[in-house]
Amino acid sequence: MDVRTLIPTNGGEAIKKFGEGWRKQLATLQAKFSGDLGNVLFPGEAATDFPIVYVSLAKVIELLSFLKTEPGFEYDFLADLTATDEEQAPRFEVVYNLFSTVHKNRIRVKVKVSEGEEVPTAVSVWPGANWAEREVYDMFGVKFLGHPDLRRILMDYRFEGHPLRKDFPLRGYQIFTEPQVIDPKLLD
Amino acid sequence: MQNIKDTKLGSTEFPSGIRVDHDPDDLWGDSRFVVNIGPTHPAMHGALRMVAKLNGETIESSYCEMGYTHRAKEKLGENRTYHQFIVYTDRLNYCSSLMNNVGYALAVEKLMGIEVPERCVWIRMIVSEIARVIDHLVCIGINAVDLGAFSYFLYGYHQREEAYTIIEKLCGARLTTSYTRIGGLMQDAPEGFEREVKAWVAKTRTVLDEMDRLLTGNKIWQMRTVGVTPFNKEQCLQYSYSGPNARAAGLDIDLRRDQPYLYYKNVEFDVPVCQNGDTFDRYLVRVHEIRQSLNIIAQCADRMKKGPIWSEDKRVRIPDKDVVHNTMEGLIYHFKFFMTGFDVPAGEAYTAIEASNGELAFYIVSKGGPKAHRMRIRGPSVWHYQGISPMVKGWKIADLIGALGSVNVIAGELDR
Repeated sequence: MDVRTLIPTNGGEAIKKFGEGWRKQLATLQAKFSGDLGNVLFPGEAATDFPIVYVSLAKVIELLSFLKTEPGFEYDFLADLTATDEEQAPRFEVVYNLFSTVHKNRIRVKVKVSEGEEVPTAVSVWPGANWAEREVYDMFGVKFLGHPDLRRILMDYRFEGHPLRKDFPLRGYQIFTEPQVIDPKLLD
Repeated sequence: MQNIKDTKLGSTEFPSGIRVDHDPDDLWGDSRFVVNIGPTHPAMHGALRMVAKLNGETIESSYCEMGYTHRAKEKLGENRTYHQFIVYTDRLNYCSSLMNNVGYALAVEKLMGIEVPERCVWIRMIVSEIARVIDHLVCIGINAVDLGAFSYFLYGYHQREEAYTIIEKLCGARLTTSYTRIGGLMQDAPEGFEREVKAWVAKTRTVLDEMDRLLTGNKIWQMRTVGVTPFNKEQCLQYSYSGPNARAAGLDIDLRRDQPYLYYKNVEFDVPVCQNGDTFDRYLVRVHEIRQSLNIIAQCADRMKKGPIWSEDKRVRIPDKDVVHNTMEGLIYHFKFFMTGFDVPAGEAYTAIEASNGELAFYIVSKGGPKAHRMRIRGPSVWHYQGISPMVKGWKIADLIGALGSVNVIAGELDR
């Protein structure tokens, strides 16, 4: 038994409830973004709980704003923005978990990113993506093109390395004795 | 000679409608200065830091810093077995650690396709709702303390202590509970648990009514909170606000109703929603949510029956102590379970629960084996804290303290 098992007490009823709707939505997406969509994984068939849509780097913002505003989709709530280190080429996957406050269902959008490539920022679609993208940059070193304020967020600004990369050592110290200064540019 | 008082140096109007005239006689009026609030300021609710540029007392611009209590939980999640990670979930939102435990257990159970028995689900619901009540009591209590109403806080804190007595009987700890296990619970609820819970619910109802009478209609409280630092529905969507903060602004989302997990489908409760999204509404939504949570707890305690608390699934079953101590196979299995851990099949799942502050989610990517490939924790506080700067822009610095308390940013799940 794995994530494909439907469990009523665990939100696993989503497939029964939204399965038809998801199929229709994915068909629409295939028609609109045909060349730019990669794999489309469907829950129950692949080991995932919500549909996963892979999209090319160039079209990700277009897809996200389409999902956000198009009637029938309305995934207007950016539940989460994160990344994974896949340890193979392309190295990273940036993951957008979306929630629809209208239809109460979810979908997941993924982008494959090689090391050094920049992902277009989602701040224009959701201003709240700002800190999440900063965290991805901090933890994985994935840069976001057009981001208004791409600084480290959890680690110190002098920190070297990106901790959530799989090759980052588990032990070690980086000690900073000088306090962090206030940046007047941030207050303009 | 021209009177210097007639010289117009202009004025600034802020989105909140406050207008600051630049008066040359007023020392502070036209001078901006920068205040560094936190990270160890008593009003900042943990190690949060905000740098604000003030014009008089008005915040003109600000930015927030986080990361002072960063403990690399996501990295630990990739380097600990699924069982070992349970204790780290306590330290997320430390005001409602039981609910974090439940959310994590659900996430791994979803990946493994495990269903837990009925009694276990009812107990998980009761502890979740107790945790929600505790969290809300602390939030509104501390918010009132920050704005000067100290005695109000003591009413809530007494009931919180009573709840911790129940939790202590349940799992032996007050704050760092680690009560759930993957596929079950650490131990069954003690004899008379339902009776105690119901007595606590009845007492808390009366105390809450008393608290409500004490503060909600209070003139000073209303002047400090009504219409102050609003965050409207549109902004809530932009900044991914969830939970009581979103519902205070009229964004009607509650995962207990929208994506029922556990047995929330089988109990009756209302979802309180306000419209203005100001500090007062965030307070009011929490007061009403406590009432609803108390109703849920009473219903669960009524419907709970005796029965097993562990899943039938042998992969996750922790061997009984008499088997461990009396048979060799049991001892070997015990060591294998705790040292090596159990395998979770490959797959990925994003499991969200309605935690006391909003959507708490564990996004786990498994590639097989006893450790996760990626353990992402989506804490609601990160997104709430991000909205603080736009929220308080143009408001007084004293309103910032009220806003921060009402949004209830918890440093533990902010920094992870």
